[in-house]
Amino acid sequence: MKYKSVFDIIGPVMIGPSSSHTAGAARIGRVARSLFGREPKWAKISLYGSFAQTYKGHGTDVAIIGGLLDFDTFDERIIGSISIAQSNGMQITFIEEEAIPEHPNTAKVFIGDDQGELELVGISIGGGKIEITELNGFELRLSGHHPAILVVHNDRFGAIASVSNILASHELNIGHMEVSRKEKGMLALMTIEVDQNIDDSVIKELEALDHVVKVAKIVE
Amino acid sequence: MFRNVAELVELASTQNKKISDIMIEQEMEVTGRTKEQILEQMNVNLTVMEQAVERGLNGVRSHSGLTGGDAVLLQKYIQSGKSLCGDTILDAVSKAVATNEVNAAMGTICATPTAGSAGVVPGTLFAVRDKLQPTREQMIAFLFTSGAFGFVVANNASISGAAGGCQAEVGSAAGMAAAAIVEMAGGTPAQCAEAMAITLKNMLGLVCDPVAGLVEVPCVKRNAMGAANAMVAADMALAGITSRIPCDEVIDAMYKIGQTMPTALKETAQGGLAATPTGRRLEAKIFGIPHVHGEQQQ
Repeated sequence: MKYKSVFDIIGPVMIGPSSSHTAGAARIGRVARSLFGREPKWAKISLYGSFAQTYKGHGTDVAIIGGLLDFDTFDERIIGSISIAQSNGMQITFIEEEAIPEHPNTAKVFIGDDQGELELVGISIGGGKIEITELNGFELRLSGHHPAILVVHNDRFGAIASVSNILASHELNIGHMEVSRKEKGMLALMTIEVDQNIDDSVIKELEALDHVVKVAKIVE
Repeated sequence: MFRNVAELVELASTQNKKISDIMIEQEMEVTGRTKEQILEQMNVNLTVMEQAVERGLNGVRSHSGLTGGDAVLLQKYIQSGKSLCGDTILDAVSKAVATNEVNAAMGTICATPTAGSAGVVPGTLFAVRDKLQPTREQMIAFLFTSGAFGFVVANNASISGAAGGCQAEVGSAAGMAAAAIVEMAGGTPAQCAEAMAITLKNMLGLVCDPVAGLVEVPCVKRNAMGAANAMVAADMALAGITSRIPCDEVIDAMYKIGQTMPTALKETAQGGLAATPTGRRLEAKIFGIPHVHGEQQQ
């Protein structure tokens, strides 16, 4: 089941006008921001399908940028997010893609600064709910049916065990897990689906681990 | 855990519980949170809905200027005592419109199940409040009952206009509202399902064709009619009328219609009312030249 909670249906509390094109878009931007770990200096946003056709009317652009500024779906600063970002010095480009995506509401968020870059593909599946389908070229095969976290880590022995130990100490059961890397010894990615929602305190604990670079919740 | 409406009704009927109770119990099981925490979160959502209706009834305008002020007109008309179809229905319509006018103005709302269809559930809830005099707890239960039916639709069909058209958004919202009205009015779980089925049957095929891609025209008035549809269907179900096609099969039909609906009619602003001469003229007026593809530096 894609939708687990009644609050996926009665909620989120959000700034209008569209749950998929505004709230979902803000959430995609915010996942990118939390994975990047800081406010980017530039953002290239590619919009596909219905996102590309209607983003101006739905405020999809201000919502994604609002997410990059770490604003929640109900944060009224979303409305003025583009000028806030620009006054912070963020270079923003929107690209209306003509390619037909697998899901009609797809956005590719490519962000960075002089220290690094991050590319993420997100889809907004309705009612404000999102899924992340790609991160830095890693394809994510998430069902979207369970709460999930992404752990960006250094490809070292013990990194996976240290993460699963912390989850175990909080009695969080792992339902599905994938580890992928592009090159031995470089950055790697753990995708972990669990049975219960993960508290922010657990995320902080994970982030404090050696070899863990960044942790983000992607499905709630 | 219930997977469809038949299981939901069965669970409620055999345990002699309300649909809202079943939804609350499932939420406790899935999230591991306490009943108090779950009820409080819904109470917060209810407060957001109340504030949105209040703001809309005071009059708002969207940035495009396409919508706003209709909720005020309707309230004045109701107060004139000349309404033909009854004050409760018109009150529901005006409060649904109020919510969606606030949404179009980028105000704060609670998606039910989506932002574009956020008016129907609160509109009907606050309209039947005067007649049924519910407690705060019963108003919160109303939202859990609508949530339970929306949950089934979201998992078995879709609540996204881009994926299923307006039938998936306002159609789902109206069905959810009808079921919740029935429960609040004292109907059985089975009657809730009948109300949902009767409503959704009359929303099948409804396309998503927003002018200029804005959640304004025709979205605000579709919420108005979604609310009216829900009120009438709830009365029909309470009168003992049943749907010849079971609720789950109606939901499945909605899903299949959504899949075969052309992309031009699924939130792309390429067909339907968006493509009418007036729709195109409004679009050009709001955005300048419509739909230029390629890179745009901002």
